[in-house]
Amino acid sequence: MRTRLITSLPLLALAVSAMGALSAPVKTAGGVSGTITFTGTPPRMRPIDMSKEPSCASQHPTPVMTETVMAGAGNTVQNVVVYISAGDQAGAAAAQPVRYDQKGCQYVPHVLVMQVGQPLEIYNNDQTSHNIHPLATINPEWNKSQPPGTPPIKATYAKPEFITVKCNVHPWMHGYFAVLATSHYAISGNDGKFSLAGLAPGKYTITAWHEKFGTQSQEVTVSASGTVTANFVFKALPY
Amino acid sequence: METTATSHHAPPQGFLRKYVFSLDHKVIGKQYLDLALVAVVIGMVLSWLMRFHLGFPTTAVPGLGKLAPTAAAGGVITPELYLALMTMHGTIMVFFVLTTAPFAGFGNFVLPIQVGAEDMAFPRFNMMSFWVTFVAFLVLVAAFFVPEGPPISGWTAYAPLSAIGKDAGPGLGTGQTLWAVSIALFCVGQLLGALNFIATTLDLRTKGMTLMRMPLSTWAWFITSVIGLIAFSVLLPACILLILDRVAGTSFFIPGGLVVSDRLQPHSGGSPLLWQHLFWFFGHPEVYIAILPGFGIVSHILPVFARKPLLGPKVVLICLIAIAFLSYTVWGHHMFLSGMNPLSATLFSVPTLVITIPATIVVLLWIGTVYGARMRFTTPALFCLGFISVFVSGGISGFFLAQPSIDTYLHGTYFVVGHFHFVMGVAAMFGIFAGVYFWFPKMYGRMMNDKLGKLHFTLTLIGVYCVFMPMHYLGLAGNVRRYSTFTDDYMKGSLPLHRFITIAALFTGAVQLIFFYNLIHSRLRGAKAPDNPWQATSLEWSTSSPPPFDNFGGHHPVVTHGPNEYGVKGPTGDYIMQASSDQPVTS
Amino acid sequence: MGRLFAVVLAVITIVSAAIFIARIWWLPPDISVLGVGIDHQMTETMIASGVLFVVCQLVLAMFVWQYGDAGDARPIKTFPGGATPMVVIATILVSAEILVLTLVGTKVWGGIFLSPPDPSALHIDVQAEQFAYYFRYPGPDGKFGAIHPELIDDGNGNFFGLDPANDTAARDDIVSASLVIPVNKPILLTLHSKDVGHAFYVPELRIQQDFVPGLVIPLHFTATRLAKEEIVCTQLCGLGHYNMRAYLEVESLGQFQQWLKDHAP
Repeated sequence: MRTRLITSLPLLALAVSAMGALSAPVKTAGGVSGTITFTGTPPRMRPIDMSKEPSCASQHPTPVMTETVMAGAGNTVQNVVVYISAGDQAGAAAAQPVRYDQKGCQYVPHVLVMQVGQPLEIYNNDQTSHNIHPLATINPEWNKSQPPGTPPIKATYAKPEFITVKCNVHPWMHGYFAVLATSHYAISGNDGKFSLAGLAPGKYTITAWHEKFGTQSQEVTVSASGTVTANFVFKALPY
Repeated sequence: METTATSHHAPPQGFLRKYVFSLDHKVIGKQYLDLALVAVVIGMVLSWLMRFHLGFPTTAVPGLGKLAPTAAAGGVITPELYLALMTMHGTIMVFFVLTTAPFAGFGNFVLPIQVGAEDMAFPRFNMMSFWVTFVAFLVLVAAFFVPEGPPISGWTAYAPLSAIGKDAGPGLGTGQTLWAVSIALFCVGQLLGALNFIATTLDLRTKGMTLMRMPLSTWAWFITSVIGLIAFSVLLPACILLILDRVAGTSFFIPGGLVVSDRLQPHSGGSPLLWQHLFWFFGHPEVYIAILPGFGIVSHILPVFARKPLLGPKVVLICLIAIAFLSYTVWGHHMFLSGMNPLSATLFSVPTLVITIPATIVVLLWIGTVYGARMRFTTPALFCLGFISVFVSGGISGFFLAQPSIDTYLHGTYFVVGHFHFVMGVAAMFGIFAGVYFWFPKMYGRMMNDKLGKLHFTLTLIGVYCVFMPMHYLGLAGNVRRYSTFTDDYMKGSLPLHRFITIAALFTGAVQLIFFYNLIHSRLRGAKAPDNPWQATSLEWSTSSPPPFDNFGGHHPVVTHGPNEYGVKGPTGDYIMQASSDQPVTS
Repeated sequence: MGRLFAVVLAVITIVSAAIFIARIWWLPPDISVLGVGIDHQMTETMIASGVLFVVCQLVLAMFVWQYGDAGDARPIKTFPGGATPMVVIATILVSAEILVLTLVGTKVWGGIFLSPPDPSALHIDVQAEQFAYYFRYPGPDGKFGAIHPELIDDGNGNFFGLDPANDTAARDDIVSASLVIPVNKPILLTLHSKDVGHAFYVPELRIQQDFVPGLVIPLHFTATRLAKEEIVCTQLCGLGHYNMRAYLEVESLGQFQQWLKDHAP
């Protein structure tokens, strides 16, 4: 009896997952993609002087540059968060934790996207003590130190917000948490490209957020098949 | 002065009135001492944690990870927890131990008896003084339990770090507000106490107790009260202004244009130096509030066990008054490098150096008292001698710091930590220990165990020297204070010495268990104490141990002698009690 | 018991003093013009107070050793001459010492904090913040750009809140996290804070000065040797206080000029 139960467990699991897949709404192939560019002259990125923290400075043979505006060839912009700001039904939060690293006195990734309620784990990979201070205004603000070799700091955010993250110990360390209510989001690569897939047909508002350039939104209509193109063009100033 | 024969109050009835909301100065004195005892245990444990982290920065403190899961994840103390421990250690020790025990505690219990009064001049104020102080303590301890924990701005709470609010760092939100409220309440409690001491000393002295016949211990409490009256009445408004800056948006201590945690602060026009001036105008006299009662206690106890009169008691008194006066002219020596006008450094340096003259004289008179004595080495006597030794050590390092030209190097280093721990921490503690071992029989009617006391003394003396003397070496090598970890290259070499200090500190802390055991055991099981176990002269030894609620059992002692009649031929030995009608026989 | 105390006290005194005399832990070598005076003052004070320390402790130990109560009813003795001569001698000696130390010390202090900086001094602007220092050189135009607190943007490298868009003086300002200076050249620092109180302390330069928010505090010195030393904060400034530091790099004039060129914005 016992052996039979054990052997039947994987079968049972399979059956349950199959049922789950069946009960989920049928996904159509609709999607949005585009490229993000800027016009004008963006501010020059500057080398970061980490001399105050020798254990980090020694990890970077050439100085690290600031990451505020990371432009690619053809005036494309990296690190733009594109997401559906209206028209999407809020689904259950992803249970998979997102990981935020402090490495060589830099935040990796510079912009971390997560969903409301999604577990966040922050790791210190350096030999020095860091301090994580997300300057939240809608969500609760906290400020914690993380000495080297201590367990990851775990947190979640309950409300959508773009949060500046700073390390109080190393003033140059700045990053962002993009806490979104939707599971449909993308972050642009160095080529400025993004794509949102798996959208049901309908009308959506798509918003692009950049830490320096601000936000832009546009309405798109997604049909049952095919991908709609939505490009964003930001205006850059040198200072 | 004629004292009236009527009682201030009837014998208390009921448990609450007798032991909790008592008007009896003796009960209030014991309450203050018990509060100090609780506070000193907390303060000491905090210092152990700090020392542990300094000696073993990457080692987890067993159990701490569970106790403080956010501040010390995995048991390793975070920088902000270290600073919180430091702030709470300093605040608890300075306010709730070094002010309450030697001044409010012993002063309350002993002063009225030593002047032959039935109680304090204002028993209700006296009760209020304790309970306000008690609430202040609860408010401070509550800071441990608020989100983000206790403040991290040190016991000096320098503005604008202490004034800005949570943007400045963890613990600087609610925790710092609680700190300011606690200290404001503490000031109220101590002001009530100081007024009471002054009124009692001036108005309730029994017949024949002229000012010059008052024991030096009472003189010291009286002088301390005058210092406290001025000091706390400056700190109180300073704390109120700080609270207003924090919660009401005023800018007394916050200038304009500050960007903290990337946020431009909505303040303008305040002065951070104003806080420093107000704080140190209180803060330096506060050092004397902690140490002058010790001066009084030693001056009072030393002759008892030397069996000879104190050398130059009038000079000692003049010196105490001089120190009290000078203590109000030196606050700027904490601020030589603060950015105040550098010309004023000399102005503050000279009185600081001058204050060493009365201090040196008093020390020499004590040492001169030991010359030719017949010292009885009881525990309180040993603590008096230990007091002299550590006060000399701490006082001498003050000679360095008083000079701006040397302070440019030593300011902000462990030299300062070693200095003030010797002079106001350890010396004041030795004064408290001397007082406890000396007056315990009078307080509880039981003797403390002398053998355990001597063991406690010897190990403590060795321990404190091992802890605080090396801090001077660290300071000379430029080791900066208030650092949770020494990441700087030039300070890394100091780690072995820090480790030595840590081990010595844990050892010295463990030694205090002997004292706690002795205290509790003697309270319950100690040998019955006679009325005058030390063959001392002052009035508290003329009454029973412990004294009745009105101190002298319905009569008023008449004083005919000074407190210093030792080494004479008296009716019961080599001393004559203050209330005795005998005259000394000159041989 | 008295004798045990006397022995313990004597041992403590001798060991403590021996470690001072052996200079096992001592000031690092001085690299500034004015450090000599400070070191001299330190030594003077050390000798005077060392003698006082050893004498006081050992005399106390000696008296304790000798004057214990043996139960022999030996008569007590008063200190020779009583209190008066002791008080007079102590007052004279301590006053004289105070006078000498103050006269000499004030000169040393004045040399650092009361004398004006050399007119040819190299002016470097220093801003302290939680928990770093940033140093600003005026650039070829010799002028510092104005500071606009609302423009401060650490993440973007604008630590001083400069406004290069509208302020031409700000465009060539060189900002560094290290204090690089030429050797033997008088340096004038102007210290100001972005947020809370901080301090500037270089043990090898023998100087220390607080940063006070709302004030700009001048500090001048001259380094006499090529060196790389740490600048540390000694004023409690928050959770990262222990890690607030920068490096002082004293270079030859040629190296320094090359450094300026390399770091032009």
